[in-house]
Amino acid sequence: MSGSFPSTAGLIVAQIRYQLLLFVRVPVGVFFTLALPLIMLVIFNALFGDVTVMTDGGEWPMRQFYTGALAVFAAVSATYTNLANMVPIRRDEGVLKRWRGTPLPTSVYVAGAVGSSVVIAAVGVVIMLGLGVVAYGLEVQADKLPAAIVTFVVGVAAFAALGMAVAALVPSASAASAVANATILPLAFVSNVFVAIQDPPRWLALIGDIFPLKPFVTSFQDAFNPLVEAPAFNWPELGFIALWGVGGAFVAVTRFRWEPSAGGTTRRRRARTPASS
Amino acid sequence: MSAINVTGLRKTYGSLVAVDDLSFEVRAGEVYALLGHNGAGKSTTIEILEGHRQRTSGEVSVLGLDPGRGGRELRDRIGIVLQTSGIEPELTIREAVGLYGSCYRRTRPIDEVVAMVGLEEKVDHRIGSLSGGQRRRIDLALGIVGRPDLVFLDEPTTGFDAAARRRSWDLVRSLCADGTTVLLTTHYLDEAEQLADRVGVMVNGSMVAEGTPDELIGAAPATVVSFVLPPDSDRGALTAALPGLGPLAAGENGRVDFRSSTPTADLHAITSWALEQGIELHSLSVHRPSLEDVFLQLSTSEQTTNGEPEDIG
Repeated sequence: MSGSFPSTAGLIVAQIRYQLLLFVRVPVGVFFTLALPLIMLVIFNALFGDVTVMTDGGEWPMRQFYTGALAVFAAVSATYTNLANMVPIRRDEGVLKRWRGTPLPTSVYVAGAVGSSVVIAAVGVVIMLGLGVVAYGLEVQADKLPAAIVTFVVGVAAFAALGMAVAALVPSASAASAVANATILPLAFVSNVFVAIQDPPRWLALIGDIFPLKPFVTSFQDAFNPLVEAPAFNWPELGFIALWGVGGAFVAVTRFRWEPSAGGTTRRRRARTPASS
Repeated sequence: MSAINVTGLRKTYGSLVAVDDLSFEVRAGEVYALLGHNGAGKSTTIEILEGHRQRTSGEVSVLGLDPGRGGRELRDRIGIVLQTSGIEPELTIREAVGLYGSCYRRTRPIDEVVAMVGLEEKVDHRIGSLSGGQRRRIDLALGIVGRPDLVFLDEPTTGFDAAARRRSWDLVRSLCADGTTVLLTTHYLDEAEQLADRVGVMVNGSMVAEGTPDELIGAAPATVVSFVLPPDSDRGALTAALPGLGPLAAGENGRVDFRSSTPTADLHAITSWALEQGIELHSLSVHRPSLEDVFLQLSTSEQTTNGEPEDIG
């Protein structure tokens, strides 16, 4: 009568589909994750697209710079920002606790959340690059595509892990959204996402260099930078990003919580005050 | 065979003792109710049995497994209806039941589950648009979607209107007809009286009484006699005339309640006195104590002996 459990692969696919369904039903998430980087791409290119930008590789058109940068920004929004926001919301709602009480292995739930964020990131990147090719003369070179794909995979894996780490550390959903935005937005400004920083002050360059966003952005841009020759793999940067990812995964695994902090139990315990005495 | 076996269970949070040397057994196929005030330790106990909390000490076995590390095997065979747990508000009922059902080995069809909790008309509505009572019924639905051998119901009808309560009582009864074991916590005495084969009364983390509802009521010594004296009559005269009655509880508006172990004789004395005085005793009633009377008696006497329960919040 017992039969066997549904296959893990099937369960993961079901979880990813369900997380994607939830994603498209939260319009604000769709807007900030997919629409906003797209709007920025259009506006930035309208304003600065025709100038050229000097980076380590040499001088190249700004519109190609922006396409790669904002594609990475969309990928980071889909993984880091999205997970750091949504997982604490589900925890505060008690959804995580409910899943914890079912036979679904907890690793499958996490795989569904992370996997769906990677799918959203891929969709975001493809849309950005597509617009770049159609509207802004972005050149996609086949021999540099492997580098672009590997960089994408390493980058989204690391930022998904960091998003889960933030989700594990923050006490509540409201704190999570503040922390996620307060970390990623300033960092994006010093990481060549919104502006191509030329000759930055030392301290600003240093901040960009010690966090994993700038290496992600520059490595991905290189795959679309006409001045960089194939295969365009930046192994030291990729290793650095991966290291951050491993650190994030360690924090996420060791500090993850399935229940809202205090909240429920405090309320129950507080109710112990005698009613009739 | 017993579905749940608890021996010497103890759970402390720092210096606070939430569950103290608790022992009880739930037999397979029975409905067992843990009854107590908020903070009596019911929810802590049920969450330890569900595997949501680790115990401090004691022996616990659920369907023959240790819930502390029962894992997937155990969670496949139990259904949990928590007091506080959410469901993704963006999903429809059909999607939620299908999704949560998909991870069990023996899944009930969606339509069957939805019909069991009476939500057929709402099946394609988003959960976020439903009322609190309807969401509670989805909690029940998700608790039974995996055909569990044992269902935990933590205050399952809190927030229900009268009709919804009766419906979920019927659902619990139909579950037991299937042989499903049910452990429920409640502070509604009528719920325990209606549903439970056996009731355990918890006060301050300990079991103070256990038995069938009838046994618990039968163990209470006295029948309750109550009536209302007319405003102009003299309560002192009644006490003086009938010294055998002992102290009379003075209620509002002249209401008198007293416990009697010899109700026939006492009632005779009271009515004779009233006739002599030419007084009509309004709302005269003689009734067996309800589970509520028993419960209040048990919990107040226990709290008096233990002193004030500490505030742990």
